[in-house]
Parts: sequence; structure tokens; C-alpha cells
Amino acid sequence: MKSDLTAVIIGGSHAASQLAPRLRQEGWEGRIIVVSDEQQVAYHRPPLSKTYLSGEKTAEDLLIRKPAAYKKLNIEWLLNTRAESIDRDNKAVFLCSGDKLKYDKLALCTGARVRKINIAGASLPGIHYLRNLADAKNIRQDIKYGGRAVIIGGGYIGLETAALLRKLGMSVDILVHSHRILRRVTAAQVSDFFTRVHTEEGVQIHTNEIPDAFEGDDWVKSVDCASGKRFLADLVIIGIGVIPNTELAEACGLPVDDGIIVDEYAATEEDRDIVAAGDCTRHPNGIFNRILRLESVPNATEQAITAAATICGKIKPYKSVPWFWSDQYDLKLQMVGLNDDYDKVIIRGDIENSHSFVAWYFNRGKLVAADCVNRPLEFRLAQQMLRNNKSLSPEELADESLEARQMLELIK
Amino acid sequence: MPLITYIDHNGNAFEADVPVGDSVMQGAVDNMIDGIIGECGGACACATCHCIVDNSWIEKTGPASEEEQLMLELSAEIQENSRLSCQIEVTEELEGLVVHMPQSQY
Repeated sequence: MKSDLTAVIIGGSHAASQLAPRLRQEGWEGRIIVVSDEQQVAYHRPPLSKTYLSGEKTAEDLLIRKPAAYKKLNIEWLLNTRAESIDRDNKAVFLCSGDKLKYDKLALCTGARVRKINIAGASLPGIHYLRNLADAKNIRQDIKYGGRAVIIGGGYIGLETAALLRKLGMSVDILVHSHRILRRVTAAQVSDFFTRVHTEEGVQIHTNEIPDAFEGDDWVKSVDCASGKRFLADLVIIGIGVIPNTELAEACGLPVDDGIIVDEYAATEEDRDIVAAGDCTRHPNGIFNRILRLESVPNATEQAITAAATICGKIKPYKSVPWFWSDQYDLKLQMVGLNDDYDKVIIRGDIENSHSFVAWYFNRGKLVAADCVNRPLEFRLAQQMLRNNKSLSPEELADESLEARQMLELIK
Repeated sequence: MPLITYIDHNGNAFEADVPVGDSVMQGAVDNMIDGIIGECGGACACATCHCIVDNSWIEKTGPASEEEQLMLELSAEIQENSRLSCQIEVTEELEGLVVHMPQSQY
């Protein structure tokens, strides 16, 4: 491979930190430049709402790879730098500094940004979103033992943060737009389970509450809802989802539909010199035969491996079973598969009284997903069943007298 | 900095100096040693950093915790000395540590 070529990666998070070194492994000898608007090289985002927020981990602990590791591979990072536009005809990226970067191959790892709330008082101090290290740092400064936290949004970010803030001695109210927490990502039984655990831990969950103003003079004092209810707050954290960063792609004429559209090789069909990976992409999943946009670390990492191969002219189609994880209190939740389209849910274990169970999701008799709480064995089993498209019956999966290892034998 | 040797399924050995306090997984990731992925970043959630501690070292690293064992139990290449390398913290005592990497993580 020629050494006078340049690969530019826009974005500096999970996908970029995998893609750049992978290019070297695939034989890319030319320059590799990562353009990132963050202040540091890529870091693990999941701990931001967990061990970083709790103070167990430092910013340095979060780095996916240390700066020296990139240096060794001759990977250049342009930090605090935003890409403003892409000129595909001249194969150049224009930066906020006014500089221009010529590329031979371009990777879009632009990720996603938080969805914001647009109501009165939304810019008051004490109100936070959580996506970046800087956000988490700011939240850490505002955590006060005995203070009141209001969390807007009942998704994973909201629940993980709630668990942490309880541990750190704050009172926590969660305001949820819909009639249950986790509505977008899990079955009603699993929502009920998480409601029970959070309630036991002293979190107050308020469903069907729509905030319509933040009150306060120089600091947020309360969240006022459409229902007329007022929730007093010293700290507000908003976690109501993310929006993929597709503007750069769209502006240079690449097809976008709630995500940059790529094929199974992470390539944009319009321009064979441009690939994309991570939260910002809409891509085909060869196992579920569906077009997906996923917000997850495993997706970013694995798609980046495919993208790096594609840049180097190799073929490594992206084919994986989606999975996610979340930690709250003593709960390790591991979700695998796609649970947004199902007609039956079977529970293995005592979901009503214990902290350990599996929810198996079926669609027309076929296993499509599993939510595993403190069930790592079943999680690994579910991964294998979904990957190999071989599953046991709902009755077998619910049968606790059948151990995971025996079940593995049955699907071999 | 303790020197750690990572041996792949073909017997190729890769050496890396890994700072005390880092995990054995981090040492592999920072040095681009294939065969240890570490997708979840050390949360004991993904089992993509499975390694088999060399017999001569298992006493010093200790065995897998219960949580690790459960994550590893269904791995195709599980052995008695199997560990998740994200759960092995590098200490001065581990100078010279040797770990083997299973084929399935390539």
C-alpha cells in the first residue's frame, strides 16, 4: 500500500479509536489523521454515567488507548478541532481553523449528540445533559450530599445516573414522558422490574410528566410540569435520547435518513472513498435482515473494524448480533438481539422478587432478543443462539431446571 | 513497568511493557495485540478479553472471580486457568507474566 496516501477520520470516540489502529493492522502505510472536537483522545463513554460519575475512575482511567499508543502507530490527532465541511470533488475536509485537509480516504465517525429540551429556563445553571466527559465533569461538581436531583427521561442514562446519585446521597425524582420507564427499549415486565428496584432504593418515579418550564433566578430551583406539579431541584439531568450527527454527510450530498446510509462494508454507496461507522450510521444487519441505526459501543467498535478493512481494499462484512449493557446498583443488565418487534415475552427466573432473571423475546415463534439481569451465562447463551440462528423453545428457555450449559448442548 | 508476554493460538509471542495499575487487557489494547478485544472497557460485560494464564503464573494472578467464571463458562476454549484479562490488574509482582490467547477472539 502506498505511503503517500492520507486517511482522515472525522470524530474521535469509540469508532475512531478502533478504526485508526485497525488501518495500520490492515496495512495502511500512509498518514492517519483523526479530527476531534474533544479535548482528549477517545475515552470510554459508558462509565461517564457510572464509575466516572461516582468518582471511582479518573478521566485518565477512561482513555480507550493512551496517547503513546497512537503515537507508536503514527496516528495523528487534531484535538479541539471541528470539521466544517467536506469537498468531495477535491477530496478535502475544511476545518474550523480555516485549514484544509486533503484526503484519499475519509471515515465519518461523527457519532450522535444529545436531544435538547426547549422550554423556559433551559439554560439555567444546574441543568445538565450527559454525553461527553465535559458534561460528566460539570455534573460531578454539582452533586451535593442531601441535595435534590431531578432526572428528566426514563432511559438508561437517566436510570444509571439515578442509581449513582442515590448512592451519593441525593434524593432523586425521575420524570418520564410516557406511562413507564424504558418504554422504548424493553418489555413492560422489565420496566416494572426496574421501577421496583429503583423505588426500593428510594428513587421516586413519576410517569406521564411533561416538563414545561425550569424555574430559578441564578440557579435551577424547580422543574414545572404540564400536569401542574412542581419538582424541587438543586440539580437537573436530562437524558431524552440522541440525534445522529449527519449534517456533514448530508451537506456533501451523501444519502442520509436518520443516519448516514452505508452498506454492509460500512461504505457510502455514493462515494467509494468514504466510509462511516458508529452511532451516526444506518446500516444493514445481516443476521436480522433489517436496516438499523444503533447507539452502542459494540456497534461502533465492530463496524469500525469493517470500515478499516474496506478502506484498505479488503472485505470484512459487518455482521453481528447487537448487544448493550447497563449497570445499576447491583444489577448487571446485558441485552442482546433486537427487542423492538416481538409478540411474546417469556421470563426465566423470579422477576418479581429477585434481582436475577432473563426476559426472552420472540417474534412468530422465533427468538429475537434477551434481556439478562445478573445472568451472564444466559447472556452468552443468547448471543450464541442468535448468532447461529438456533434456539430452544420458549418452554425450555423458561425452565430453570435446565441449566445454561445443558441448553448449550441442546443447540449444538 | 512489568513486561507481559501474550502468546497467540499459533504460538507467536508478543511482549509489552504494561504500567502498574493497568489491566492485562489494557496492555494488549494499547499495544495492538490481536486476540484481546476488550469491547466493554473492563466492565466484565463482554468476555472478549478471555485469556489463559500460563500455569506458572496462576498462583500470582489468582483464579477467576465468580462473575468472571459465569461470563467465561460458555466459552468454547475455557480452561482451568481462564481469566478475563480486564480483571487482572498489573502489579510489580506480575513482572514476566505470560498469558495465552484463545483462537476464538480473532
